[in-house]
Amino acid sequence: MKISMLGRHIREGCKNLLRNSWMSIASVGAVAITLLILGVTLVIALNAQQLSNYMAGQLQVNAFLKQNVTKQQALALDAEIKALPGVQEAIYVPKDQGFKELQQSLGKEYQEVLQGFSKNNPIPDKIVVKAKDPKQTLGIAAEIRQMDGVDKVDDGKQVVDKLFRFLDMVRNIGVVFVVGLVVMAMFLISNTIKITIFSRRREIEIMKLVGATDWFIRWPFLTEGIIIGVVGALVPFALIVYGYHSAFVRMGGTFLAVAFPLIPTGALAQKLALVMFGLGIFIGIWGGIMSVRRFLRV
Amino acid sequence: MIEMQDVWKQYPNGARALNGVSVHITKGEFVYVVGPSGAGKSTFIKLMYREERPTKGHIFVNGFNIDRLKDRKVPLLRRSIGVVFQDFKLLPRLTAYENVAFALEVIGTSKRQIKRRVADALNWVGLSDKADMLPSQLSGGEQQRVAVARALVNNPAVIIADEPTGNLDPETSWDVMKLFQRINDRGTTIVMATHNKDIVNTMRKRVIAIEGGQIVRDEQKGMYGYED
Ligand SMILES: Nc1ncnc2c1ncn2[C@@H]1O[C@H](COP(=O)(O)OP(=O)(O)OP(=O)(O)O)[C@@H](O)[C@H]1O
Ligand SMILES: [Mg+2]
Repeated sequence: MKISMLGRHIREGCKNLLRNSWMSIASVGAVAITLLILGVTLVIALNAQQLSNYMAGQLQVNAFLKQNVTKQQALALDAEIKALPGVQEAIYVPKDQGFKELQQSLGKEYQEVLQGFSKNNPIPDKIVVKAKDPKQTLGIAAEIRQMDGVDKVDDGKQVVDKLFRFLDMVRNIGVVFVVGLVVMAMFLISNTIKITIFSRRREIEIMKLVGATDWFIRWPFLTEGIIIGVVGALVPFALIVYGYHSAFVRMGGTFLAVAFPLIPTGALAQKLALVMFGLGIFIGIWGGIMSVRRFLRV
Repeated sequence: MIEMQDVWKQYPNGARALNGVSVHITKGEFVYVVGPSGAGKSTFIKLMYREERPTKGHIFVNGFNIDRLKDRKVPLLRRSIGVVFQDFKLLPRLTAYENVAFALEVIGTSKRQIKRRVADALNWVGLSDKADMLPSQLSGGEQQRVAVARALVNNPAVIIADEPTGNLDPETSWDVMKLFQRINDRGTTIVMATHNKDIVNTMRKRVIAIEGGQIVRDEQKGMYGYED
């Protein structure tokens, strides 16, 4: 295609859009809704990924010692654990300290209940172990489990597994939704363009008679599709970025409940832009090609 | 210039429009194609600009081997042919000038070239003063002259016309025919399907008569030969 023709194709595409504005609006709306849902899913997924990385970094092994283990034995165990390959730190937490920590974390309402236990502290000694690499956590936990004097080992696996399962579910539901909506949006765009083509049948017929190439005829319809795609991406993109940024600022950059860092707006917007505009343009071009294809093959 | 060798055309619905047509038309000829309704005249014409493809046989137009022509080369063929139809095929929203310019725009001619050549073409068909009118503001004859200007503006070697006077009254028909005569005088080949007995019998040219998809008569300075 000649560059000088590009202006014409864009102009013609715009004209097409304005000529059947209602269908155009419907198509833009369909793309916008699709990409809005996709965008929100993406925001959740990206932050979830961030969260799981963060959680993995926080993973620690709690090794609870048997009640009959003496302080010397406990310290020996601690030294033994420290010597394991891949262990970053192993902190011995005696039962008294553990009890205080529990007291603090439970708050005032339970103080009386806890008072009853204080004489006969039910909380075991524990050793808190952290791996150099979060991936090694489970291996280290397995080794500690074999040691004498160790009662129970909590490697945090269950919590993390549950979280991952939940995130996977969110993502799958998002994918199903988005795929369905993408198909619908393409269908709507291709219908919009079909209407344009129908109303411009005569024009296309004459174009072909005087020797216009198929690509010359196709371009205005492709630009029409691309414009629908871009506008359809722009609206939800702006909404999501604005909404996310407000939320980000209000929360001070962390998610309150878990206190894990959210992705900064700028970095998120870049990824969102890539996916949303990419997909918007793809949907537009696809809709355009599908609608012109059969018509050109006369 | 135009050559058909044993050309057959059967439409997908089974209609046999042409059954073994062979013809040779040299450069600068003026040819009428006549015959009863449904004889295959329009099909004969459509094969020349590759609107339809032959079921069998060979066709050559302006050096293009039509039965072998790739889809992507069809635009090149079309640019070497001007086509004129009974229903003018003008775009209603465009002025006379814009309708003629359209043919040049879509093949990527520069703005300045378009201006000059469209003005020439409109002048040639005698419509310079109506350049800014819409088709609806022009008479049938004037509309057909715009269509002829559009067919000419590309300087094609051949002009193909399917009943160009079919919608015009006798007087206007003659105006348009004089135009075709002048085009032919410039050396442009003309192939015209027509039902106009008066014109064929008065402006005497080569006549090819088709009946039932076959050429039944081919005479220089022939007569129309049917009563309708
Ligand atoms: N697109 C088509 N599909 C199927 N059959 C067709 C098609 N076009 C023409 N035919 C058939 O082919 C035969 C020849 O048609 P054609 O249009 O060539 O005749 P014609 O000589 O131009 O007639 P007329 O003088 O009425 O214009 C007819 O029987 C017609 O019904
Ligand atoms: Mg006909």
